[in-house]
Amino acid sequence: MNNNVDSDSKDYKNLLTRTHIKWGKLEEANNFAQKVKLFRQHVLSEDDFRRFRLQHGAYGSRLQMGYSMVRIKIPGGEITPEQLEKIASLSEAFSIGSAHVSTRQNIQLHWVQLEDVSEVMRGLAEVGLTTREACGNTVRNVMCSHFAGVCAKEEFDASSYSKAIAQFFLRNPVCQNLPRKFKINFSCCNEHGLVRIADIGLIPKINENGVKGFRIYLGGGLGAASFLGHLVEPFTPENRLLSTCLATIRLFDRHGNRENMARNRMRYFVHEIGWDTFQRMLFKERSIVEMTMAGSTLESFRVLLEKHQREIFKIQKKHLELPILNTQNTSRDDSFNRWINTNTVPQKQQGYFTAFVTLGAGDITASQLRVLSAAIRDFSIERTARNTPQQNFAIRYINGKDILNFYTRLADAGLTNPGALTIASAVGCTGTTSCNLAITNSHRLAKEIEYKFLELQFDIDEDLKDSTIKISGCPNSCGQHEIATIGFFGGASRIENSMAPTYTMLFSGSTGEQGELGKTIMRVPAKRVIDILRKIIEIYRQERSEKETLKHWIRRIVNGAGTGNVKSVENIKVLLSPIAQLDPIDIDPESYKDYGSDIRFSAKTARGECAA
Amino acid sequence: MNAKKLQSTNSDIKIPLICDTDTVQALILNSAARIIDVRKSEEYLQGHIRGAASLPLSQILEKEPSGIIEILKNLGITDTLPVVIYDDTFGALAARVAWTLKYVGHSNTSLLEVTYSQWKRMGLEIESNNNTFPKVEHTMRINHKIQADASYVDLVKEQEKKFLVDSRERLNFLTEHIPNAKNIPYTMLRSDTNILRKPEEIRRLIENRGMSTDSEFITYCGSAGTLSGLAFFALRSAGIKNVKLYSKSFREWKLLGKAKEEFKDANYWDLSAD
Repeated sequence: MNNNVDSDSKDYKNLLTRTHIKWGKLEEANNFAQKVKLFRQHVLSEDDFRRFRLQHGAYGSRLQMGYSMVRIKIPGGEITPEQLEKIASLSEAFSIGSAHVSTRQNIQLHWVQLEDVSEVMRGLAEVGLTTREACGNTVRNVMCSHFAGVCAKEEFDASSYSKAIAQFFLRNPVCQNLPRKFKINFSCCNEHGLVRIADIGLIPKINENGVKGFRIYLGGGLGAASFLGHLVEPFTPENRLLSTCLATIRLFDRHGNRENMARNRMRYFVHEIGWDTFQRMLFKERSIVEMTMAGSTLESFRVLLEKHQREIFKIQKKHLELPILNTQNTSRDDSFNRWINTNTVPQKQQGYFTAFVTLGAGDITASQLRVLSAAIRDFSIERTARNTPQQNFAIRYINGKDILNFYTRLADAGLTNPGALTIASAVGCTGTTSCNLAITNSHRLAKEIEYKFLELQFDIDEDLKDSTIKISGCPNSCGQHEIATIGFFGGASRIENSMAPTYTMLFSGSTGEQGELGKTIMRVPAKRVIDILRKIIEIYRQERSEKETLKHWIRRIVNGAGTGNVKSVENIKVLLSPIAQLDPIDIDPESYKDYGSDIRFSAKTARGECAA
Repeated sequence: MNAKKLQSTNSDIKIPLICDTDTVQALILNSAARIIDVRKSEEYLQGHIRGAASLPLSQILEKEPSGIIEILKNLGITDTLPVVIYDDTFGALAARVAWTLKYVGHSNTSLLEVTYSQWKRMGLEIESNNNTFPKVEHTMRINHKIQADASYVDLVKEQEKKFLVDSRERLNFLTEHIPNAKNIPYTMLRSDTNILRKPEEIRRLIENRGMSTDSEFITYCGSAGTLSGLAFFALRSAGIKNVKLYSKSFREWKLLGKAKEEFKDANYWDLSAD
């Protein structure tokens, strides 16, 4: 009987020393500083420097090329408290004192002076983080569902696979100059995760013989023209994971369109030659890869994978040794109960919870990051956080008996807003706050929706809970508007002789293996978006059949299968159109200014830098 | 610098621009310096570094140099006595007072490398006595080389090898600033533990920016010259010799109706989670 506090805390310390991959390299920071100097001295041409800069994760800022957005890759979204604290300090020193969680599990620092980017990289390398290949024509941050490892529906934990793949392709010569960017997303199950909107999307699967593997989707992606990925084969065993990914990247590298920047993502190539042809090419290419791949390459991947699996095993072992407790919160605090209902999910590990930190469109201040870091150290058994495509943080492995203390710790820092897992947590890309391509301030609009919906308590309405709102500031889909229940992308409309900021609204997009892309409904002025959303919810509440959620009702309307007065998209448009009509500018000047702006709207954009 | 070394000196010693805690402890031990606390007097009375005198920032802000000299006399500070200044506001208030002392002619002035809270957390000596000191003489020698006014800034802001440095945070700078100013936010110059980074780091930051360290630097901030006062000491500590403070800063610049650069094509404020 040696199960005393001391031996317990010793075990715990072993967990704390869990090694993390060193993604970053100090010499790349120094190299970046050198290249900036050469660029400023006109030794390096603008084009060459741009390619180099993007390869290293620094994206130009809106109409001010002297500033950069520094995109920090967080592979699988997994990040330690030390890393979060470093990002806090760097955001204060070189950025705007806030950091931004993107929709692809990156964390971005905005408005960093180009000459200071190397200092940010230096700080990141100290804690093992990198910005390498976060932009440019490379394999971008490899995503993994934030539920991987704790999801009740998953067949096995894909985290280690996602990190091994990320590590294998980072700085790998085979993907340093692809025709265009390349995105890989791992899911946990067929519901969570973004598998059908990636170049490669993977769902972990165990076949009838007990062999681990994946259902792999290729050629998906969102943008001005969006496509859902195609299933390669019913089951790809794990020993063909690497060859399938390599073969896909090699095909894209050879055949992708290098001329037309607007149509050079792999999804266009797949679309143009047709899935059947692409699939045949892929199988052939995969055979070649498997026949010619060096044993050492396969071995190095195997080593990476096993290293990551050992770490996960340590967590699982630790968890089994902990007392199992079910949370029964006895608090009479209404705001705590509301938060429990909208921000926590029980894990498959009995007695443990994943708690979500609601961020307004992904923004978090440096001091909030520090409070969050301390709370992760003290309350999460795995002692890491994961950031989510919903632009929030997921803190996992919180023992049920600690959940009130965890909440209390975060409350003073303003980190316990409810609604993270509900319609209130609207997603917004950075829009005109920093992006060259943006037409509208999608970022602020997402925040405005969140404030308003929390005020109206839409987050506690169970029937709205599984609906999502996602907003992009232009037709390119960084805000992932096409997979939202109600999505919006920004544009400009001329009314008489004045320009007004507007959004195109889409209905019934969804994620997961059965995911669908949203259908375009109508244009809505920026300043009427919230009114329109409230009207949609009002109509839904009148029209729905019993126990039907907003998400299901909207799908039915889109399919023209509504009952009652509103049967189709055309019917609902008639009801919404009066709200979407703008008076001339002299009567309603506010509608001709975008959110966050006191001057008349005009659509200003500059060259995008997604492609280098 | 250690206590032994300090003891062996008969006359007042010349102290470095930024004093570490060991040096300050040795100075206190030997009563070889005046330690100045620039927080509000209530805060001073609740507890301060052992032996410190109270001189709240508000008492010097609008004073003429002759008034400052009177204060020095009343605090028992002679022309050569080392003065070490601290605050609990990341060094900016201390820096503004320290710059003022240098300006009126007390060059042997330095900043404590940590804040009062950090001093306390390190378990170093504090007390709550209301210390007073016998009056002494102090001469006035205005150091014009470290001060800039609006007309000087206007004159040199576009000249070669002269850099106008805005010490405010990035979003304030983006919104509006003096034309041709470079933004080096005060937050960039501090470390996680000290009010300023190490001199070699500050040098590297300046060199990254392509600014040669033999240039003239003029620092300014929003209103009172506090953030830019800290930047003044940061640049000086990094070995830059010619640094001036535009102490009336951007508030005066705007009141004078002088030209500004503004940037209205992005809604960057909406990225802040504050």
